Amino acid sequence: MNLAEKILAAHAGKDRVSPGELVGVKVDVVLANDVTAPISITEFRRIGVERVFDPARVIFVPDHFVPNKDIKAAEQAKLMRNFAREQGTVYFEVGEMGIEHALLPEKGLVLPGDVVVGADSHTCTYGALGAFATGMGSTDVAVAMATGEIWMRVPPSIKFIYKGTMPRWVTGKDVILYTIGQIGVDGALYAAMEFAGDAVERMSMDARLTMANMAIEAGGKAGLFAVDDTTLSYVKGRATRDFTVYRSDDDAEYAQVLEYDVSVLEPQVAFPHLPSNTRRISEVGNIAVDQAVIGSCTNGRMEDLRLAVGVLRGHKVHPYVRCIVIPGTQAIYLQALREGLIEAFIEAGAVVSTPTCGPCLGGYMGILAEGERAIATTNRNFVGRMGHPKSEVYLSSPAVAAASAVLGRIGSPAELL
Amino acid sequence: MKLSGRVHRYGANVDTDVIIPARYLNMSDPADLANHCMEDIDGEFVKKVKPGDIIVATANFGCGSSREHAPLAIKASGIGCIIATSFARIFYRNAINIGLPILECEEAAEDVKSGDQVEAELASGIIVNRTTGRTYRAKPYPEFMLELIESGGLVDYTQKKLGTAS
Ligand code: SF4
Repeated sequence: MNLAEKILAAHAGKDRVSPGELVGVKVDVVLANDVTAPISITEFRRIGVERVFDPARVIFVPDHFVPNKDIKAAEQAKLMRNFAREQGTVYFEVGEMGIEHALLPEKGLVLPGDVVVGADSHTCTYGALGAFATGMGSTDVAVAMATGEIWMRVPPSIKFIYKGTMPRWVTGKDVILYTIGQIGVDGALYAAMEFAGDAVERMSMDARLTMANMAIEAGGKAGLFAVDDTTLSYVKGRATRDFTVYRSDDDAEYAQVLEYDVSVLEPQVAFPHLPSNTRRISEVGNIAVDQAVIGSCTNGRMEDLRLAVGVLRGHKVHPYVRCIVIPGTQAIYLQALREGLIEAFIEAGAVVSTPTCGPCLGGYMGILAEGERAIATTNRNFVGRMGHPKSEVYLSSPAVAAASAVLGRIGSPAELL
Repeated sequence: MKLSGRVHRYGANVDTDVIIPARYLNMSDPADLANHCMEDIDGEFVKKVKPGDIIVATANFGCGSSREHAPLAIKASGIGCIIATSFARIFYRNAINIGLPILECEEAAEDVKSGDQVEAELASGIIVNRTTGRTYRAKPYPEFMLELIESGGLVDYTQKKLGTAS
Protein backbone atom coordinates (compact mmCIF):
# COMPACT_ATOMS: atom_id res chain seq x y z
CA MET A 1 0.00 0.00 0.00
CA ASN A 2 1.04 3.62 -0.50
CA LEU A 3 1.10 6.30 2.20
CA ALA A 4 -2.50 7.46 1.73
CA GLU A 5 -3.81 3.88 1.76
CA LYS A 6 -1.80 2.98 4.87
CA ILE A 7 -3.19 5.90 6.86
CA LEU A 8 -6.75 5.31 5.70
CA ALA A 9 -6.58 1.55 6.34
CA ALA A 10 -5.35 2.14 9.89
CA HIS A 11 -8.15 4.63 10.57
CA ALA A 12 -10.76 2.35 9.02
CA GLY A 13 -9.61 -0.56 11.18
CA LYS A 14 -8.66 -2.61 8.13
CA ASP A 15 -5.54 -4.48 7.05
CA ARG A 16 -5.88 -3.28 3.49
CA VAL A 17 -7.81 -0.76 1.51
CA SER A 18 -7.69 -0.12 -2.22
CA PRO A 19 -8.65 2.81 -4.44
CA GLY A 20 -12.36 3.20 -5.04
CA GLU A 21 -13.35 1.48 -1.82
CA LEU A 22 -15.79 3.37 0.43
CA VAL A 23 -14.65 3.31 4.04
CA GLY A 24 -15.70 4.83 7.33
CA VAL A 25 -12.60 6.37 8.91
CA LYS A 26 -11.94 7.70 12.39
CA VAL A 27 -10.70 11.27 12.36
CA ASP A 28 -7.97 12.68 14.57
CA VAL A 29 -8.76 16.34 14.07
CA VAL A 30 -11.82 18.24 12.81
CA LEU A 31 -11.49 21.89 11.79
CA ALA A 32 -13.71 24.79 10.77
CA ASN A 33 -13.32 28.57 10.39
CA ASP A 34 -15.49 31.65 10.77
CA VAL A 35 -16.96 31.23 7.27
CA THR A 36 -17.70 27.51 7.36
CA ALA A 37 -18.39 26.91 11.08
CA PRO A 38 -21.77 28.68 11.21
CA ILE A 39 -23.28 26.18 8.75
CA SER A 40 -21.51 23.28 10.50
CA ILE A 41 -22.95 24.36 13.84
CA THR A 42 -26.49 24.59 12.45
CA GLU A 43 -26.17 21.11 10.95
CA PHE A 44 -24.55 19.78 14.13
CA ARG A 45 -27.61 20.93 16.12
CA ARG A 46 -29.88 19.24 13.59
CA ILE A 47 -28.10 15.90 14.04
CA GLY A 48 -29.40 15.83 17.59
CA VAL A 49 -26.31 15.01 19.66
CA GLU A 50 -25.42 17.21 22.62
CA ARG A 51 -21.63 17.21 22.58
CA VAL A 52 -18.84 17.06 20.01
CA PHE A 53 -17.09 13.67 19.94
CA ASP A 54 -13.91 15.00 21.58
CA PRO A 55 -13.47 18.73 22.36
CA ALA A 56 -9.66 18.43 22.29
CA ARG A 57 -9.85 17.33 18.66
CA VAL A 58 -12.34 19.87 17.38
CA ILE A 59 -10.65 23.12 16.38
CA PHE A 60 -12.14 26.46 15.43
CA VAL A 61 -10.00 29.23 13.97
CA PRO A 62 -11.39 32.67 13.19
CA ASP A 63 -9.25 33.82 10.27
CA HIS A 64 -11.21 34.63 7.12
CA PHE A 65 -12.90 37.88 8.19
CA VAL A 66 -11.23 38.28 11.59
CA PRO A 67 -10.37 40.74 13.20
CA ASN A 68 -14.03 41.29 12.35
CA LYS A 69 -14.46 42.90 8.98
CA ASP A 70 -18.04 44.11 9.43
CA ILE A 71 -21.17 43.47 11.48
CA LYS A 72 -22.23 40.36 9.57
CA ALA A 73 -18.73 38.88 9.90
CA ALA A 74 -18.73 39.76 13.59
CA GLU A 75 -22.00 37.85 14.03
CA GLN A 76 -20.54 34.76 12.36
CA ALA A 77 -17.38 34.95 14.47
CA LYS A 78 -19.50 35.31 17.60
CA LEU A 79 -21.62 32.30 16.74
CA MET A 80 -18.49 30.18 16.37
CA ARG A 81 -16.84 31.58 19.52
CA ASN A 82 -19.95 30.86 21.59
CA PHE A 83 -20.18 27.31 20.30
CA ALA A 84 -16.48 26.74 21.01
CA ARG A 85 -16.97 27.96 24.59
CA GLU A 86 -20.12 25.91 25.08
CA GLN A 87 -18.40 22.74 23.88
CA GLY A 88 -14.97 23.47 25.31
CA THR A 89 -13.27 22.91 21.95
CA VAL A 90 -9.89 24.25 20.88
CA TYR A 91 -10.25 27.88 19.83
CA PHE A 92 -7.84 30.73 19.13
CA GLU A 93 -8.85 34.29 19.92
CA VAL A 94 -7.56 37.19 17.85
CA GLY A 95 -4.40 37.68 19.89
CA GLU A 96 -3.37 34.05 19.46
CA MET A 97 -4.71 33.20 16.08
CA GLY A 98 -3.29 32.78 12.67
CA ILE A 99 -4.46 31.56 9.31
CA GLU A 100 -5.69 28.07 10.18
CA HIS A 101 -3.31 26.13 7.93
CA ALA A 102 -0.29 28.07 9.16
CA LEU A 103 -1.47 27.82 12.76
CA LEU A 104 -2.32 24.14 13.25
CA PRO A 105 1.06 22.70 12.23
CA GLU A 106 2.84 25.42 14.21
CA LYS A 107 0.89 24.52 17.36
CA GLY A 108 1.54 20.80 16.91
CA LEU A 109 -2.19 20.13 16.59
CA VAL A 110 -1.87 18.12 13.39
CA LEU A 111 0.69 15.34 13.32
CA PRO A 112 2.13 12.64 11.07
CA GLY A 113 -0.25 9.77 10.41
CA ASP A 114 -3.36 11.76 11.34
CA VAL A 115 -6.59 11.83 9.42
CA VAL A 116 -7.72 15.45 9.40
CA VAL A 117 -10.94 16.81 7.94
CA GLY A 118 -11.52 20.52 7.74
CA ALA A 119 -14.30 22.68 6.41
CA ASP A 120 -11.77 24.47 4.28
CA SER A 121 -10.38 23.27 0.99
CA HIS A 122 -6.76 23.98 1.95
CA THR A 123 -6.88 21.48 4.80
CA CYS A 124 -4.72 19.42 2.44
CA THR A 125 -1.78 21.55 3.69
CA TYR A 126 -1.13 19.11 6.56
CA GLY A 127 -0.10 16.43 4.10
CA ALA A 128 3.31 18.09 4.40
CA LEU A 129 3.56 16.40 7.81
CA GLY A 130 2.64 12.98 6.44
CA ALA A 131 -1.01 13.26 7.50
CA PHE A 132 -4.02 12.42 5.35
CA ALA A 133 -5.77 15.76 5.46
CA THR A 134 -8.63 16.80 3.23
CA GLY A 135 -11.13 19.60 2.83
CA MET A 136 -14.82 18.95 3.07
CA GLY A 137 -18.00 20.96 3.35
CA SER A 138 -19.69 22.20 6.48
CA THR A 139 -22.18 19.32 6.66
CA ASP A 140 -19.48 16.65 6.42
CA VAL A 141 -17.59 18.44 9.15
CA ALA A 142 -20.73 18.67 11.31
CA VAL A 143 -21.08 14.90 11.10
CA ALA A 144 -17.38 14.42 11.88
CA MET A 145 -17.73 16.73 14.91
CA ALA A 146 -20.67 14.69 16.14
CA THR A 147 -19.38 11.19 15.49
CA GLY A 148 -15.59 11.38 15.13
CA GLU A 149 -16.00 9.50 11.87
CA ILE A 150 -16.46 10.25 8.22
CA TRP A 151 -17.09 8.27 5.04
CA MET A 152 -14.43 8.49 2.39
CA ARG A 153 -13.64 6.92 -0.90
CA VAL A 154 -10.05 5.66 -0.93
CA PRO A 155 -8.44 7.78 -3.64
CA PRO A 156 -6.04 6.54 -6.27
CA SER A 157 -2.57 8.00 -5.65
CA ILE A 158 -0.37 9.78 -8.15
CA LYS A 159 3.32 9.94 -7.35
CA PHE A 160 5.28 13.05 -8.28
CA ILE A 161 9.04 12.58 -8.24
CA TYR A 162 11.18 15.72 -8.27
CA LYS A 163 14.84 15.35 -9.12
CA GLY A 164 17.76 17.72 -9.16
CA THR A 165 18.88 20.88 -7.43
CA MET A 166 16.57 23.85 -7.54
CA PRO A 167 18.15 26.92 -9.15
CA ARG A 168 18.35 30.17 -7.17
CA TRP A 169 14.94 31.89 -6.80
CA VAL A 170 13.06 28.66 -7.51
CA THR A 171 10.98 27.71 -4.47
CA GLY A 172 8.41 25.11 -3.41
CA LYS A 173 5.75 27.47 -4.76
CA ASP A 174 7.34 27.44 -8.20
CA VAL A 175 7.54 23.64 -8.17
CA ILE A 176 3.86 23.24 -7.31
CA LEU A 177 2.74 25.95 -9.76
CA TYR A 178 4.78 24.26 -12.46
CA THR A 179 3.22 20.89 -11.60
CA ILE A 180 -0.32 22.29 -11.75
CA GLY A 181 0.57 23.94 -15.04
CA GLN A 182 1.62 20.55 -16.38
CA ILE A 183 -1.35 18.47 -15.19
CA GLY A 184 -4.15 21.08 -15.09
CA VAL A 185 -6.64 22.11 -12.43
CA ASP A 186 -8.34 18.72 -12.62
CA GLY A 187 -5.14 16.75 -13.26
CA ALA A 188 -5.35 15.04 -9.88
CA LEU A 189 -9.16 15.11 -9.50
CA TYR A 190 -10.22 12.79 -6.64
CA ALA A 191 -6.62 11.56 -6.28
CA ALA A 192 -4.02 11.74 -3.53
CA MET A 193 -0.80 13.39 -4.69
CA GLU A 194 2.32 11.91 -3.15
CA PHE A 195 5.37 14.16 -3.45
CA ALA A 196 8.77 12.47 -3.48
CA GLY A 197 12.28 12.62 -4.90
CA ASP A 198 15.62 14.02 -3.82
CA ALA A 199 14.57 17.64 -4.43
CA VAL A 200 11.65 17.21 -2.06
CA GLU A 201 13.81 15.47 0.53
CA ARG A 202 15.98 18.58 0.70
CA MET A 203 13.00 20.91 1.08
CA SER A 204 12.25 22.70 4.33
CA MET A 205 8.98 22.14 6.16
CA ASP A 206 7.76 25.57 5.07
CA ALA A 207 8.32 24.69 1.41
CA ARG A 208 6.53 21.36 1.81
CA LEU A 209 3.57 23.07 3.48
CA THR A 210 3.37 25.42 0.49
CA MET A 211 3.32 22.51 -1.95
CA ALA A 212 0.79 20.37 -0.07
CA ASN A 213 -1.39 23.48 0.32
CA MET A 214 -1.96 23.65 -3.43
CA ALA A 215 -2.85 19.98 -4.03
CA ILE A 216 -6.50 21.08 -4.16
CA GLU A 217 -5.63 23.43 -7.02
CA ALA A 218 -4.99 20.32 -9.12
CA GLY A 219 -8.28 18.83 -7.89
CA GLY A 220 -6.42 16.59 -5.42
CA LYS A 221 -8.05 15.14 -2.34
CA ALA A 222 -4.79 15.23 -0.42
CA GLY A 223 -1.12 16.01 -1.02
CA LEU A 224 1.28 13.92 1.02
CA PHE A 225 4.96 13.87 1.88
CA ALA A 226 6.82 10.99 3.49
CA VAL A 227 7.86 11.63 7.08
CA ASP A 228 11.64 12.15 7.42
CA ASP A 229 14.10 13.87 9.77
CA THR A 230 12.92 17.30 8.62
CA THR A 231 9.36 16.38 9.61
CA LEU A 232 10.35 14.83 12.90
CA SER A 233 12.50 17.75 13.99
CA TYR A 234 9.64 20.12 13.08
CA VAL A 235 7.13 18.11 15.11
CA LYS A 236 9.47 17.64 18.05
CA GLY A 237 8.68 20.09 20.81
CA ARG A 238 5.31 20.88 19.26
CA ALA A 239 3.42 17.58 19.51
CA THR A 240 1.47 17.06 22.70
CA ARG A 241 0.20 13.59 21.83
CA ASP A 242 1.54 10.41 20.27
CA PHE A 243 1.54 9.87 16.56
CA THR A 244 2.31 7.08 14.13
CA VAL A 245 4.61 7.28 11.15
CA TYR A 246 3.37 5.40 8.08
CA ARG A 247 5.47 4.74 5.00
CA SER A 248 4.66 3.71 1.45
CA ASP A 249 5.69 0.13 0.75
CA ASP A 250 8.43 -0.38 -1.82
CA ASP A 251 5.93 -2.16 -4.05
CA ALA A 252 3.14 0.37 -3.47
CA GLU A 253 0.84 0.93 -6.42
CA TYR A 254 0.18 4.27 -8.07
CA ALA A 255 -2.34 5.25 -10.72
CA GLN A 256 0.44 7.29 -12.31
CA VAL A 257 4.06 8.19 -11.66
CA LEU A 258 5.34 11.52 -12.98
CA GLU A 259 8.95 12.71 -12.89
CA TYR A 260 10.24 16.24 -13.11
CA ASP A 261 13.73 17.69 -13.27
CA VAL A 262 13.61 20.81 -11.09
CA SER A 263 17.12 21.93 -12.00
CA VAL A 264 15.81 23.40 -15.26
CA LEU A 265 12.89 25.27 -13.71
CA GLU A 266 12.50 29.04 -13.62
CA PRO A 267 10.28 30.94 -11.18
CA GLN A 268 6.66 30.48 -12.29
CA VAL A 269 3.76 32.89 -12.57
CA ALA A 270 0.15 31.72 -12.88
CA PHE A 271 -1.81 34.09 -15.11
CA PRO A 272 -5.51 34.83 -14.64
CA HIS A 273 -7.84 33.09 -14.12
CA LEU A 274 -6.57 29.60 -13.30
CA PRO A 275 -3.64 28.38 -11.19
CA SER A 276 -2.73 26.07 -14.08
CA ASN A 277 -2.23 29.00 -16.45
CA THR A 278 1.49 29.16 -15.68
CA ARG A 279 4.39 30.77 -17.51
CA ARG A 280 8.10 30.96 -16.86
CA ILE A 281 9.17 34.31 -15.45
CA SER A 282 11.24 34.94 -18.58
CA GLU A 283 8.14 34.79 -20.78
CA VAL A 284 5.86 36.97 -18.69
CA GLY A 285 6.35 40.16 -20.71
CA ASN A 286 5.53 43.63 -19.44
CA ILE A 287 2.69 43.37 -16.93
CA ALA A 288 2.27 46.34 -14.59
CA VAL A 289 0.80 45.60 -11.15
CA ASP A 290 -1.16 47.79 -8.74
CA GLN A 291 -0.78 45.56 -5.72
CA ALA A 292 1.53 42.87 -4.35
CA VAL A 293 0.28 40.57 -1.59
CA ILE A 294 2.74 38.51 0.42
CA GLY A 295 1.01 36.17 2.83
CA SER A 296 -1.80 33.54 3.05
CA CYS A 297 -1.79 29.89 4.11
CA THR A 298 0.34 29.21 1.03
CA ASN A 299 3.22 31.62 1.62
CA GLY A 300 2.85 33.46 4.92
CA ARG A 301 5.49 31.55 6.90
CA MET A 302 8.93 32.58 8.20
CA GLU A 303 10.85 31.33 5.19
CA ASP A 304 8.53 33.30 2.91
CA LEU A 305 8.93 36.55 4.84
CA ARG A 306 12.70 36.14 4.99
CA LEU A 307 12.82 35.51 1.27
CA ALA A 308 10.72 38.59 0.52
CA VAL A 309 12.84 40.82 2.76
CA GLY A 310 15.98 39.43 1.14
CA VAL A 311 14.67 40.77 -2.16
CA LEU A 312 13.24 44.07 -0.86
CA ARG A 313 16.19 45.18 1.28
CA GLY A 314 17.94 48.17 -0.22
CA HIS A 315 14.99 48.87 -2.52
CA LYS A 316 11.74 50.77 -2.35
CA VAL A 317 8.30 49.57 -3.32
CA HIS A 318 7.37 51.21 -6.64
CA PRO A 319 5.26 54.35 -6.08
CA TYR A 320 2.40 52.88 -8.13
CA VAL A 321 2.24 49.64 -6.10
CA ARG A 322 0.53 48.83 -2.79
CA CYS A 323 2.60 46.10 -1.16
CA ILE A 324 0.68 44.27 1.58
CA VAL A 325 2.46 41.81 3.86
CA ILE A 326 0.48 39.44 6.10
CA PRO A 327 2.36 37.10 8.44
CA GLY A 328 0.52 33.77 8.76
CA THR A 329 0.29 33.62 12.54
CA GLN A 330 0.93 35.75 15.62
CA ALA A 331 4.05 33.69 16.38
CA ILE A 332 5.38 34.32 12.87
CA TYR A 333 4.55 38.01 13.25
CA LEU A 334 6.49 38.16 16.51
CA GLN A 335 9.45 36.25 15.15
CA ALA A 336 9.53 38.51 12.08
CA LEU A 337 9.49 41.49 14.40
CA ARG A 338 12.42 40.14 16.40
CA GLU A 339 14.40 39.43 13.25
CA GLY A 340 13.85 42.97 12.01
CA LEU A 341 11.80 41.80 9.03
CA ILE A 342 8.77 43.93 9.87
CA GLU A 343 11.00 46.98 10.07
CA ALA A 344 12.55 46.10 6.72
CA PHE A 345 9.11 45.73 5.10
CA ILE A 346 7.96 49.08 6.41
CA GLU A 347 11.18 50.80 5.45
CA ALA A 348 10.81 49.45 1.94
CA GLY A 349 7.34 50.99 1.77
CA ALA A 350 5.15 47.93 2.41
CA VAL A 351 2.26 47.77 4.84
CA VAL A 352 2.14 44.93 7.39
CA SER A 353 -1.15 43.51 8.70
CA THR A 354 -1.95 41.20 11.59
CA PRO A 355 -2.69 37.61 10.51
CA THR A 356 -5.87 37.17 8.46
CA CYS A 357 -6.99 35.61 5.19
CA GLY A 358 -8.10 39.11 4.20
CA PRO A 359 -7.35 39.84 0.55
CA CYS A 360 -6.57 36.22 -0.36
CA LEU A 361 -10.26 35.51 -0.85
CA GLY A 362 -11.30 39.08 -1.59
CA GLY A 363 -12.52 39.57 1.96
CA TYR A 364 -10.93 42.83 3.05
CA MET A 365 -7.49 44.44 3.66
CA GLY A 366 -6.60 44.95 0.02
CA ILE A 367 -9.54 44.51 -2.37
CA LEU A 368 -8.94 45.24 -6.05
CA ALA A 369 -10.94 47.80 -8.04
CA GLU A 370 -12.16 47.23 -11.57
CA GLY A 371 -9.27 46.74 -13.98
CA GLU A 372 -6.63 46.46 -11.26
CA ARG A 373 -3.95 43.81 -11.17
CA ALA A 374 -2.22 42.08 -8.29
CA ILE A 375 0.67 39.72 -7.95
CA ALA A 376 0.06 37.50 -4.94
CA THR A 377 1.69 34.62 -3.12
CA THR A 378 -1.78 33.15 -2.54
CA ASN A 379 -3.17 30.02 -4.19
CA ARG A 380 -6.13 31.04 -6.36
CA ASN A 381 -6.55 33.53 -9.17
CA PHE A 382 -10.15 32.82 -10.15
CA VAL A 383 -12.37 35.58 -11.58
CA GLY A 384 -13.08 38.09 -8.80
CA ARG A 385 -11.00 36.22 -6.23
CA MET A 386 -9.38 39.37 -4.84
CA GLY A 387 -12.10 41.88 -5.60
CA HIS A 388 -13.86 43.24 -8.66
CA PRO A 389 -14.85 40.58 -11.24
CA LYS A 390 -12.82 42.58 -13.77
CA SER A 391 -9.63 42.59 -11.68
CA GLU A 392 -6.75 40.16 -12.17
CA VAL A 393 -4.58 38.06 -9.86
CA TYR A 394 -1.20 36.58 -10.83
CA LEU A 395 0.25 33.91 -8.53
CA SER A 396 3.93 33.63 -7.68
CA SER A 397 6.50 32.97 -4.97
CA PRO A 398 7.28 35.60 -2.32
CA ALA A 399 10.55 36.37 -4.12
CA VAL A 400 8.82 37.22 -7.39
CA ALA A 401 6.03 39.13 -5.60
CA ALA A 402 8.59 41.24 -3.71
CA ALA A 403 10.62 41.90 -6.86
CA SER A 404 7.46 42.87 -8.72
CA ALA A 405 6.49 45.27 -5.93
CA VAL A 406 9.78 47.10 -6.51
CA LEU A 407 9.73 46.94 -10.30
CA GLY A 408 6.08 47.98 -10.64
CA ARG A 409 5.61 45.11 -13.06
CA ILE A 410 5.92 41.36 -12.77
CA GLY A 411 9.60 40.52 -12.76
CA SER A 412 12.33 38.33 -11.40
CA PRO A 413 14.37 39.04 -8.26
CA ALA A 414 17.42 38.50 -10.47
CA GLU A 415 16.63 41.87 -12.11
CA LEU A 416 17.27 43.68 -8.82
CA LEU A 417 20.75 42.35 -8.20
CA MET B 1 -37.33 11.49 -8.71
CA LYS B 2 -37.91 13.12 -12.10
CA LEU B 3 -36.67 16.64 -12.70
CA SER B 4 -37.54 18.87 -15.59
CA GLY B 5 -36.45 22.37 -16.50
CA ARG B 6 -34.82 24.86 -18.80
CA VAL B 7 -31.05 24.78 -19.15
CA HIS B 8 -28.47 27.41 -18.21
CA ARG B 9 -25.20 26.32 -19.77
CA TYR B 10 -21.63 27.12 -18.69
CA GLY B 11 -18.16 25.86 -19.59
CA ALA B 12 -15.34 24.10 -17.72
CA ASN B 13 -13.92 24.84 -14.25
CA VAL B 14 -16.86 26.87 -12.97
CA ASP B 15 -15.33 27.68 -9.59
CA THR B 16 -16.91 28.39 -6.22
CA ASP B 17 -15.70 32.01 -6.32
CA VAL B 18 -17.94 32.75 -9.31
CA ILE B 19 -20.80 30.63 -7.95
CA ILE B 20 -20.85 32.69 -4.75
CA PRO B 21 -18.13 35.35 -4.41
CA ALA B 22 -16.36 35.52 -1.04
CA ARG B 23 -17.59 39.08 -0.49
CA TYR B 24 -20.93 37.46 0.40
CA LEU B 25 -19.49 34.82 2.74
CA ASN B 26 -20.20 37.00 5.73
CA MET B 27 -23.73 35.53 5.38
CA SER B 28 -24.87 31.93 5.48
CA ASP B 29 -28.64 32.08 4.97
CA PRO B 30 -29.31 30.24 1.68
CA ALA B 31 -31.94 32.80 0.60
CA ASP B 32 -29.45 35.68 1.03
CA LEU B 33 -26.79 33.72 -0.85
CA ALA B 34 -29.19 32.92 -3.70
CA ASN B 35 -29.49 36.66 -4.44
CA HIS B 36 -25.85 36.60 -5.57
CA CYS B 37 -25.68 33.16 -7.14
CA MET B 38 -23.42 32.95 -10.24
CA GLU B 39 -22.98 36.74 -10.06
CA ASP B 40 -19.40 36.88 -11.33
CA ILE B 41 -19.91 34.51 -14.25
CA ASP B 42 -23.45 35.45 -15.30
CA GLY B 43 -24.85 38.72 -13.98
CA GLU B 44 -28.30 37.86 -15.41
CA PHE B 45 -28.60 34.44 -13.74
CA VAL B 46 -30.55 35.56 -10.68
CA LYS B 47 -33.06 37.43 -12.88
CA LYS B 48 -33.64 34.62 -15.36
CA VAL B 49 -33.54 31.47 -13.21
CA LYS B 50 -36.90 29.75 -12.65
CA PRO B 51 -37.70 27.02 -10.12
CA GLY B 52 -36.74 23.65 -11.55
CA ASP B 53 -34.22 24.99 -14.05
CA ILE B 54 -31.11 22.92 -14.72
CA ILE B 55 -27.45 23.98 -14.84
CA VAL B 56 -25.32 22.19 -17.43
CA ALA B 57 -21.53 22.59 -17.47
CA THR B 58 -18.47 20.69 -18.64
CA ALA B 59 -15.46 19.50 -16.58
CA ASN B 60 -14.61 20.16 -12.92
CA PHE B 61 -17.77 22.03 -11.90
CA GLY B 62 -17.47 23.61 -8.44
CA CYS B 63 -13.70 23.61 -8.17
CA GLY B 64 -11.95 25.71 -5.56
CA SER B 65 -13.22 26.42 -2.09
CA SER B 66 -14.99 24.00 0.26
CA ARG B 67 -17.72 26.58 0.86
CA GLU B 68 -21.05 24.81 1.17
CA HIS B 69 -22.47 28.25 0.44
CA ALA B 70 -21.98 27.37 -3.26
CA PRO B 71 -24.40 24.42 -3.57
CA LEU B 72 -26.68 26.09 -0.99
CA ALA B 73 -26.90 29.23 -3.14
CA ILE B 74 -27.61 27.19 -6.27
CA LYS B 75 -30.28 25.11 -4.53
CA ALA B 76 -31.95 28.15 -2.98
CA SER B 77 -31.98 29.91 -6.36
CA GLY B 78 -34.38 27.21 -7.52
CA ILE B 79 -32.05 25.04 -9.61
CA GLY B 80 -33.37 21.48 -9.58
CA CYS B 81 -30.29 19.65 -10.82
CA ILE B 82 -26.77 20.14 -12.17
CA ILE B 83 -25.48 18.05 -15.05
CA ALA B 84 -21.73 18.22 -15.73
CA THR B 85 -18.93 16.22 -17.33
CA SER B 86 -17.30 16.04 -13.90
CA PHE B 87 -17.51 17.74 -10.52
CA ALA B 88 -14.77 18.89 -8.16
CA ARG B 89 -14.75 16.45 -5.26
CA ILE B 90 -15.69 18.71 -2.37
CA PHE B 91 -18.54 20.21 -4.38
CA TYR B 92 -19.76 16.71 -5.26
CA ARG B 93 -19.92 15.70 -1.59
CA ASN B 94 -21.49 18.98 -0.53
CA ALA B 95 -24.22 18.79 -3.16
CA ILE B 96 -25.19 15.23 -2.20
CA ASN B 97 -24.99 16.12 1.50
CA ILE B 98 -27.41 19.02 1.21
CA GLY B 99 -29.75 17.27 -1.23
CA LEU B 100 -28.92 19.11 -4.46
CA PRO B 101 -29.15 16.52 -7.24
CA ILE B 102 -26.14 16.32 -9.55
CA LEU B 103 -25.43 14.04 -12.49
CA GLU B 104 -22.18 13.25 -14.27
CA CYS B 105 -22.76 12.87 -17.99
CA GLU B 106 -20.21 13.98 -20.56
CA GLU B 107 -22.50 13.45 -23.56
CA ALA B 108 -25.26 15.64 -22.19
CA ALA B 109 -22.77 18.21 -20.94
CA GLU B 110 -21.33 18.57 -24.45
CA ASP B 111 -24.60 18.44 -26.36
CA VAL B 112 -27.24 20.35 -24.42
CA LYS B 113 -27.65 24.08 -25.19
CA SER B 114 -28.79 27.00 -23.10
CA GLY B 115 -32.56 27.26 -23.22
CA ASP B 116 -33.13 23.56 -24.02
CA GLN B 117 -35.88 21.85 -22.05
CA VAL B 118 -34.35 18.85 -20.27
CA GLU B 119 -35.68 16.02 -18.11
CA ALA B 120 -33.56 13.95 -15.77
CA GLU B 121 -34.34 10.93 -13.67
CA LEU B 122 -31.93 10.46 -10.79
CA ALA B 123 -32.16 6.76 -10.01
CA SER B 124 -31.81 5.59 -13.61
CA GLY B 125 -29.58 8.48 -14.68
CA ILE B 126 -31.58 8.90 -17.87
CA ILE B 127 -31.50 12.42 -19.29
CA VAL B 128 -33.86 13.45 -22.09
CA ASN B 129 -33.48 16.64 -24.09
CA ARG B 130 -37.11 17.53 -24.96
CA THR B 131 -35.94 20.24 -27.35
CA THR B 132 -33.87 17.94 -29.57
CA GLY B 133 -35.34 14.57 -28.62
CA ARG B 134 -31.91 13.18 -27.72
CA THR B 135 -31.37 10.84 -24.76
CA TYR B 136 -28.25 10.45 -22.64
CA ARG B 137 -27.28 8.23 -19.74
CA ALA B 138 -25.47 9.60 -16.68
CA LYS B 139 -22.96 7.66 -14.58
CA PRO B 140 -24.99 5.73 -12.02
CA TYR B 141 -24.58 6.65 -8.34
CA PRO B 142 -22.72 4.20 -6.10
CA GLU B 143 -25.17 2.42 -3.83
CA PHE B 144 -24.08 4.25 -0.68
CA MET B 145 -24.65 7.59 -2.39
CA LEU B 146 -28.17 6.58 -3.42
CA GLU B 147 -28.84 5.67 0.20
CA LEU B 148 -27.65 9.13 1.26
CA ILE B 149 -29.83 10.81 -1.34
CA GLU B 150 -32.85 8.73 -0.41
CA SER B 151 -32.35 9.58 3.27
CA GLY B 152 -32.53 13.27 2.32
CA GLY B 153 -28.85 14.09 2.82
CA LEU B 154 -26.03 13.32 5.22
CA VAL B 155 -27.54 14.81 8.38
CA ASP B 156 -30.75 12.81 8.01
CA TYR B 157 -28.74 9.70 7.20
CA THR B 158 -26.63 10.25 10.33
CA GLN B 159 -29.72 10.84 12.47
CA LYS B 160 -31.05 7.52 11.28
CA LYS B 161 -27.76 5.79 12.04
CA LEU B 162 -27.46 7.34 15.50
CA GLY B 163 -31.16 6.97 16.27
CA THR B 164 -31.44 10.70 17.02
CA ALA B 165 -34.13 11.50 14.44
CA SER B 166 -36.89 13.56 16.02
S1 SF4 C 1 -5.37 32.28 3.32
FE1 SF4 C 1 -6.72 32.16 1.55
S2 SF4 C 1 -6.64 30.06 0.84
FE2 SF4 C 1 -5.76 30.12 2.90
S3 SF4 C 1 -7.46 29.59 4.26
FE3 SF4 C 1 -7.40 31.82 4.07
S4 SF4 C 1 -8.79 32.31 2.38
FE4 SF4 C 1 -8.33 30.13 2.27
